[in-house]
Amino acid sequence: MSILVDENTRLLVQGITGREGQFHAEQCRNYGTNVVAGVTPGKGGQTVMGDIPVFNTVKQAVAKTKANATMIFVPPAFAADAILEAADAGVELIICISEGIPVYDMVEVYRYLQDSDSRLIGPNCPGIISPGKCKIGIMPAHIHKKGNVGIISRSGTLTYEAVGQLTALGIGQSTCVGIGGDPIIGTRYIDTLKLFQKDRATKAICLIGEIGGTAEDEAAYFIKKNITKPVVGFIAGQTAPPGRRMGHAGAIISGGQGTAEGKMKVMKKCGIKVVKSPADLGKTIARCL
Amino acid sequence: MKIHEYQGKELFRKYNVPVPNGILINDKSEAVQAAGEIGTPVVVVKAQIHAGGRGKGGGVKLAKSPQEAEKHAGDILGMTLVTHQTGPEGRLVKKVLIEEGMDIVKELYISLLVDRETSRVMIMASEAGGMEIEEVAAEEPEKIITEIVDPIVGVKPYLARKIAFALNLTGEPLKKAIPFIINLYECFVKEDLSMLEINPLVITGDDRILALDAKIDIDDNALGRHKDTLEFRDLGEEDPNEIEASKYHLNYIQLDGNIGCMVNGAGLAMATMDIIKHSGGEPANFLDVGGGANEEQIENAFRILVSDKKVKAIFINIFGGILRCDILAAGVVAASKKIGVKIPVVVRMEGTNMEEGHKILQQSGLNFIIGNGMKDGAQKAVKAIQ
Repeated sequence: MSILVDENTRLLVQGITGREGQFHAEQCRNYGTNVVAGVTPGKGGQTVMGDIPVFNTVKQAVAKTKANATMIFVPPAFAADAILEAADAGVELIICISEGIPVYDMVEVYRYLQDSDSRLIGPNCPGIISPGKCKIGIMPAHIHKKGNVGIISRSGTLTYEAVGQLTALGIGQSTCVGIGGDPIIGTRYIDTLKLFQKDRATKAICLIGEIGGTAEDEAAYFIKKNITKPVVGFIAGQTAPPGRRMGHAGAIISGGQGTAEGKMKVMKKCGIKVVKSPADLGKTIARCL
Repeated sequence: MKIHEYQGKELFRKYNVPVPNGILINDKSEAVQAAGEIGTPVVVVKAQIHAGGRGKGGGVKLAKSPQEAEKHAGDILGMTLVTHQTGPEGRLVKKVLIEEGMDIVKELYISLLVDRETSRVMIMASEAGGMEIEEVAAEEPEKIITEIVDPIVGVKPYLARKIAFALNLTGEPLKKAIPFIINLYECFVKEDLSMLEINPLVITGDDRILALDAKIDIDDNALGRHKDTLEFRDLGEEDPNEIEASKYHLNYIQLDGNIGCMVNGAGLAMATMDIIKHSGGEPANFLDVGGGANEEQIENAFRILVSDKKVKAIFINIFGGILRCDILAAGVVAASKKIGVKIPVVVRMEGTNMEEGHKILQQSGLNFIIGNGMKDGAQKAVKAIQ
């Protein structure tokens, strides 16, 4: 098994006629993902990538193709609107790759989603992959291997680093979820941890965090109470100066809160195997299996 | 994007949030006239820099006459102001704000920010104005009032009243505080601020409520829809290398070490700094070239790294996804040849087109050190400068 995405996922791509949208839609399809439709307002009626129909609205696309997931590649100024459109059309899983969405737009989106059945992953994330089954996002497919480690991360390339180390050791992954580097994201660690706990294929969990906010602390307390599977953790930004935004909009130490040191301490206290060096992620997980 | 106090107060005026009368000057010769125009018996001369703690550092002074205002303006303009937020190098003061002095009877605190836990705007207020809020939170947490705003309704009078009563306001100041809080929220949302802090918020002897200070951070992601506030950017307050990097959409932050880093992705870039430190070295910077960097960006990133005289070795750590290793390698080779790099360069590449990338480095005739994995790369970079 795996979580969130698998062989039954029917993917719609919002922004499929853009350069990046189309490139990654093709990459996902090449991996075996069932790409069923694209949406670009004003370009309905066209087809792209050979036989993928493009619709003007998400609602039309869902009605015609029964898409149950969407991948959003829309410029940041319009991305919040794209998320709302997907939720309004009842798409179960919304994966927003776009980076740079104004934070107040996300305040509104988050509020709207609280009354909706849709789940948002991201924004500002690499997406989700269940190796061997389905890839929705921008991660390099070939480094992954089907297996039993679940990965949750706020960072993209750092997740690839962990995956690369695992695969090199012959250890595969059940699902890798990039939850995104923004201050406001649709799905947090805890939501993903619950799914991994339930998933029978997942035997160990790798949690990759970074400075800023308190999401990792909350996750650690949740793990202590509810997760019986071994969890290995790493926090990026142990050397980051306070008050500076380290690339990700959410990666900032403010008022002494959100330091790597503080997070690592809480995680350790809650029974998570915390590695200091990112180079030790793979072998530490290997020892848990 | 941080803005100056006087710019923050300009924004407040736009939303009918009362602020003291003030005039910005760039030269002490303008001080006498400015103080005269303001006309109060006492005026305040305030240094304009992007850092707090100005008062303690000698950047805020009272003047009892226009002549005294001129003297203070002369002292403050051109001074290098050192506060707990500027670091030991301090900041050069180029502008001062001359403001009306007033009879303050109460100092309060109010701030707005986007709370990550609730994903909503949070208002924090306190009767303990004038103190650092972190200090109040540590010593007297019961003095901090917090309210979370539902974006569907925003700040309605009931919520503003709740805050005003909790601040123990009465009479005229209570009445005036309600539109003040509502307007402040309007300003926060409409101007896409990520942080707004007024410390102190004052009640005067003649029952006015005023924002005596304005500390504002604008959401960088929203600047595209605020062409007017974009003009508030003060390049003099930013690091020259960071300004240069921003021209090429590179995420660069200057640090104090001597190993220059070039990485793709923010998380991996932070982790690279960490592993350099664990290996006994000190990172000179944070540099994220992004997911889809092209040759030109790589070249400029390289040039910026080398321009920092403290940098004695470079560590390039790339996990190729969208950014292919061959593109990166070609960019690094081209840049090294063009710039004539004389310091050791350690390259660790993994992911898409890794073999092609290594081949390009080997055939370049340049002396790159290859790192096998990020730990090995970091250790080689540290060793290269010993």
